[in-house]
Amino acid sequence: MDSSSVFANIVRAPEDAILGVTVAYNKDSSPDKLNLGVGAYRTEEGKPLVLKVVRRAEQMLVNDNSRVKEYLPIVGLADFNKLSAKLIFGADSPAIQENRVTTVQCLSGTGSLRVGAEFLARHYHQLTIYIPNPTWGNHTKIFGLAGLSVKAYRYYDPATRGLDFQGLLEDLGAAPSGSIVLLHACAHNPTGVDPTIEQWEQIRQLMRSKGLLPFFDSAYQGFASGNLDADAGSVRMFVADGGECLAAQSYAKNMGLYGERVGALSIVCKTADVASRVESQVKLVIRPMYSNPPIHGASIVATILKDRDMYNEWTVELKAMADRIISMRQQLFDSLSARGTPGDWSHIIKQIGMFTFTGLNTKQVAFMTKEYHIYMTSDGRISMAGLSSRTVPHLTEAIHAAVTRVG
Amino acid sequence: MASTMLSLASTTPSASLSTQEILKGKVRLGSGRVGTLLNKEKGNPFIKAKSFGRISMTAAVNVSRFEGVAMAPPDPILGVSEAFRADTDVKKLNLGVGAYRTEELQPYVLDVVKKAENLMLERGENKEYLAIEGLAAFNKATAELLFGADNPVIKQQRVATVQGLSGTGSLRLAAAFIERYFPGAQVLISSPTWGNHKNIFNDARVPWSEYRYYDPKTVGLDFEGMISDIKAAPEGSFVLLHGCAHNPTGIDPTPEQWEKISDVIQEKNHIPFFDVAYQGFASGSLDADASSVRLFAARGMELFIAQSYSKNLGLYAERIGAINVVCSSADAAARVKSQLKRIARPMYSNPPVHGARIVANVVGDPALFNEWKAEMEMMAGRIKNVRQKLFDSLSAKDKSGKDWSFILKQIGMFSFTGLNKTQSENMTYKWHVYLTKDGRISLAGLSLAKCEYLADAIIDSYHNVS
Repeated sequence: MDSSSVFANIVRAPEDAILGVTVAYNKDSSPDKLNLGVGAYRTEEGKPLVLKVVRRAEQMLVNDNSRVKEYLPIVGLADFNKLSAKLIFGADSPAIQENRVTTVQCLSGTGSLRVGAEFLARHYHQLTIYIPNPTWGNHTKIFGLAGLSVKAYRYYDPATRGLDFQGLLEDLGAAPSGSIVLLHACAHNPTGVDPTIEQWEQIRQLMRSKGLLPFFDSAYQGFASGNLDADAGSVRMFVADGGECLAAQSYAKNMGLYGERVGALSIVCKTADVASRVESQVKLVIRPMYSNPPIHGASIVATILKDRDMYNEWTVELKAMADRIISMRQQLFDSLSARGTPGDWSHIIKQIGMFTFTGLNTKQVAFMTKEYHIYMTSDGRISMAGLSSRTVPHLTEAIHAAVTRVG
Repeated sequence: MASTMLSLASTTPSASLSTQEILKGKVRLGSGRVGTLLNKEKGNPFIKAKSFGRISMTAAVNVSRFEGVAMAPPDPILGVSEAFRADTDVKKLNLGVGAYRTEELQPYVLDVVKKAENLMLERGENKEYLAIEGLAAFNKATAELLFGADNPVIKQQRVATVQGLSGTGSLRLAAAFIERYFPGAQVLISSPTWGNHKNIFNDARVPWSEYRYYDPKTVGLDFEGMISDIKAAPEGSFVLLHGCAHNPTGIDPTPEQWEKISDVIQEKNHIPFFDVAYQGFASGSLDADASSVRLFAARGMELFIAQSYSKNLGLYAERIGAINVVCSSADAAARVKSQLKRIARPMYSNPPVHGARIVANVVGDPALFNEWKAEMEMMAGRIKNVRQKLFDSLSAKDKSGKDWSFILKQIGMFSFTGLNKTQSENMTYKWHVYLTKDGRISLAGLSLAKCEYLADAIIDSYHNVS
């Protein structure tokens, strides 16, 4: 055996920061361990959840003997694409009615962002994208590898644990005209801090006046407030002014289809002709990446969205998930207040969505992991979806100890 | 133009809003629906809003930023099916895209696949994210299928296996890995090869060049040309090889030729890169179809192998495959795997679970596995029968004495007929037979019943058209 390997110089990559939390959690043998790392919904019993309506849709698909597994078109399942566009933009959206939207099925949110970014890197004139500070850990790598230059705009204010609106406006105001701007449609990850409607309107005006191109990441529609239309409000506000934008949608959380990798990239254009040319070029990005997207998850989504009863069933189950998270927020806040933990913890109930930016520092986080077996990302982000009434007291104790004993 | 036009009170399109003006609330948005939406309640700010009507802001950009985007040409392979669908002639025959069809020319979902899906549903498995590298049970099964469970490379844990999006996705992961860790290295691809190979390496920014492969004079392998071109390439090049059932020609090297190919690759310290899209589907035997890969692995070489389950398990639309990298040590395999993951994460985070579970269930259950082998033999058998019938029809009808035996020698779904572009067009326009312009026909799309018609078309195109 030749001992000189062509791979001799390849070093071992570190574990992905976010997914690495679960890896560490799995290795822990403590019965008290709590995984508040990755953002996947858990029931009150701490179990993963497959929605009943998803099971029903799946059963229908598997039982349907007329179904085949032929390649989807490069842009994916047509029904799924139409229904996804309607879901995010609204069924009565003029942009859809005027055929100005191209929607292509992609691999969940990540895939939609990557395909959109690759398209922009090839066809757009301003190859800089501004992302909020902080943002989801994978954003920088997605855009960077696609060929975009990544810059940050101020977003989170640690002092208020809220939005640094002034900083946001200054930074976007200073961005070169035409720059791309990543916006979290709702339930900002990792902070849970969203702009108000007034703030969204001001952001919109500023961006339009500078010709900044919005690229929405919509991973929590319906999951944040419990209301699908409300959670799409920011996106619809931009589309309503007739301007262009991109939107990446994910069904990982709101339909619990995490592992099926279902999502969609929509590009809202000025005209139908532009939209059709844009779509043809997006196909050239997809074909050498994976040829065409996976059918299973998209079929489940289409089945549910096109059936009135199933759609309603979905909204009920979706609201139940959102409500449970909102209730966890309240319980944690009440528990910390009752415990008398020093500090203002109201951000827990002001923030929205799956995550809370606790404001705990890396030393405190490490302490909580070591002493209390609580797993979270080192930036102090906790997934509320991983909490239950039963585990709130344990988390409260841990936070209390961290805040009072660790600097 | 909508009748509701809101103009910004204090701005014109050319004047940008100053931050100060915005913060001081100097921007007046006028009357209408927008005003009622600006309530100060937290929680569900958009719930109380009525749906947004058409609001045209004079500050909106009027020309598309994508105005300069040109219409891309249609995909040459997939475009054939689109043209076929549009054809209304009853005699039309689609020998374009490479998806298996039954004798009745219908798509085929394998029985074992249906059984596996029912099992999965009964078990009520969850839909949590897979690890970045995919389903562990699938990765184990796929490597064992490829090398044989007893193979030293498996026992010594020298294979880095990462689930990928079928063949294309697995090739793309490998291409991105090559670009990052073997900068400047080029990939040698056969002339001809599957149309998407070039696109994959182009998008991954990996340079490529071609080695001679198809000899139009013999409608066979240009073996001398192939060896010569591989020898001439810079040391340490990657050589893309089709494990079996070469696409588009159907022409595979013999076992002796594989040995010589392996010799020259070792001589030049090249790295073999196999595309295995038809294991089990070509000859009907999983082991036989993997023999080329196993030959190289047995020599102790490091190599890349992309796998696809699109054809052999009929899982086309589920996008299930894998990239395997055989390394000289378990440590190298672990390092390589970790870096492949780093490429997958910003592309799609983690792969889809459904197809992976189907494969793992079929391979993991002895009864289902045997059933699968039988179905695969059936599919490969049908294609062999169709080849035989086509050959018989051509030999009987063609009085010129032309040797059509290449149809029997070629293997797999595709056959390179030797027809040129004009002749191929004649096939389509006169005979309504759809094939790709390079003269490639998909035998999977041919039924015994249509062999005679096809023979007529081929003979006419070959002899009467130049």
